[in-house]
Amino acid sequence: MERHELIVIGGGPAGLTAATAARKAGVEDVLILEREDCLGGILNQCIHNGFGLHRFKEELTGPEYAQRWIDEAASLNIPFRTGTMVLELSSDRILTCTGRISGLEQLQADAVILAMGCRERPRGALNIPGYRPAGIYSAGTAQRLINIEGRMPGREVVILGSGDIGLIMARRLTLEGAQVKAVAELMPYSSGLRRNIVQCLDDFGIPLKLSHTVVNIHGKRRVEGVVLAQVDENRRPIPGTEEEIPCDTLLLSVGLLPENELSELAGVPIDPATSGPSVNENFETGVAGIFACGNVLHVHDLVDHVSEEAECAGRAAAEYLRGARAQRHEIPLRSGDGVTGIVPQRIDPSALPEVLNLRFRVRREVRNHYLSVYAGGERIFHQKRRIMTPGQMEEIALKRELVPLTTTEIRVAMEEA
Amino acid sequence: MKQVELTCICCPMGCNLRVELDGGSIASVTGNTCKRGDAYARQECIAPVRVITASVPVVGGKLARVSVKTAAPVPKNRIFDVMDAIRLISAQAPVRIGDVLCENIANTGANLVATRSAERN
Repeated sequence: MERHELIVIGGGPAGLTAATAARKAGVEDVLILEREDCLGGILNQCIHNGFGLHRFKEELTGPEYAQRWIDEAASLNIPFRTGTMVLELSSDRILTCTGRISGLEQLQADAVILAMGCRERPRGALNIPGYRPAGIYSAGTAQRLINIEGRMPGREVVILGSGDIGLIMARRLTLEGAQVKAVAELMPYSSGLRRNIVQCLDDFGIPLKLSHTVVNIHGKRRVEGVVLAQVDENRRPIPGTEEEIPCDTLLLSVGLLPENELSELAGVPIDPATSGPSVNENFETGVAGIFACGNVLHVHDLVDHVSEEAECAGRAAAEYLRGARAQRHEIPLRSGDGVTGIVPQRIDPSALPEVLNLRFRVRREVRNHYLSVYAGGERIFHQKRRIMTPGQMEEIALKRELVPLTTTEIRVAMEEA
Repeated sequence: MKQVELTCICCPMGCNLRVELDGGSIASVTGNTCKRGDAYARQECIAPVRVITASVPVVGGKLARVSVKTAAPVPKNRIFDVMDAIRLISAQAPVRIGDVLCENIANTGANLVATRSAERN
């Protein structure tokens, strides 16, 4: 069986960064597997700008950001196989993959980095009655059709969900001559970036209907219209608020789900809060030698953070391959009040990097609240934030010396004072 | 005096900015919590600009299309003129990131550049 020191599954921003970091940390034999025909992942269809402000201190488009890392990997001569889909991963790191030329084959890896990204939540996950006419797309599918293939999905569009992809597509469709009639959002707030609400909706006078949802879809062969209704605080449609909007297309931008089928096949424990693997401060999953980073681990708002995380995962995989493993004593990180989805989920207080980055989301929008970290009963971190919102991932940079070696649990909470 | 309301995009605070315009000049900016908001409001009211991104077909390339952007922000009220001009453009493979596909697009002073490379087929 073909053997490699490190195999990275996925050639998007997470996989490319992890592979380059591992190579720079001394791993000679790195291989990237990518199911698409080219590297870059979803960034290739994200042609808008705003990527890389943190990382490169300039505003890049998605393809430009991807190219930076593709060039970096190329300069390090990191091999990759495109058109190669990993079908199975075992807990002893045997990968079964299929490629157009290579056919079905098995590869053995000493270490694996999971970097498969995420996928969109489909219509089936929502409960919208009506027929199944043509003209219903996920926002990402529409993005691919327009930007990569040059096809317009429709002319009169309603978008359900105000995540960033939905907002970006509202603008993109408008620029290409379609009429976007409304963006409906179930929640009383948008999970999209403020900048996108202003520049993608307000710029073009597209209404954002908060606390609204689609309660019916008309049309048998093709979408002919949708019915929007206002929802109450329990997200139930309020009778009498229905409004019919004629349209030929409905886009769904209703959330992203980490794509962890392979992780589960390998027996990697999944954290229900993030829908991604539970990892330690080295981004190592519950299965030895299998690491995870990027959107497969938890869904990010900014690719810059993906790169930062993937670099840590790449370096940690290199460290693992050097074989210098001390006995570890891991303790859990728990979400306290108002907080969910902390990554990493567990740490070894005696093996921390100088600064430990904790990433998570708050459950509701608050102003002038505090983030606190407790070690057992002792508060070791307390910081005021002017605003926190579920749509924006929060981060705490925790200095190593603040974490007592003897603590048995770390808890993160959002507090009023 | 004319009043304009804006949402600041500089950070997640999203301050509601109120700008008082006296003819063509700005009399006051209120509602901002930091000076970035003040600067944003002045720029948005006097000369709002945007970078336009789109994609254009490639002739003879391995990819059907390449993505493009205006290399500099263009006036907001010229967005649709720029889009009309972009629709007339196609690129000839090979295309490299940064290649100028159209100079001074729609007389905005900005060049249209490729943001993705496409090899020859």
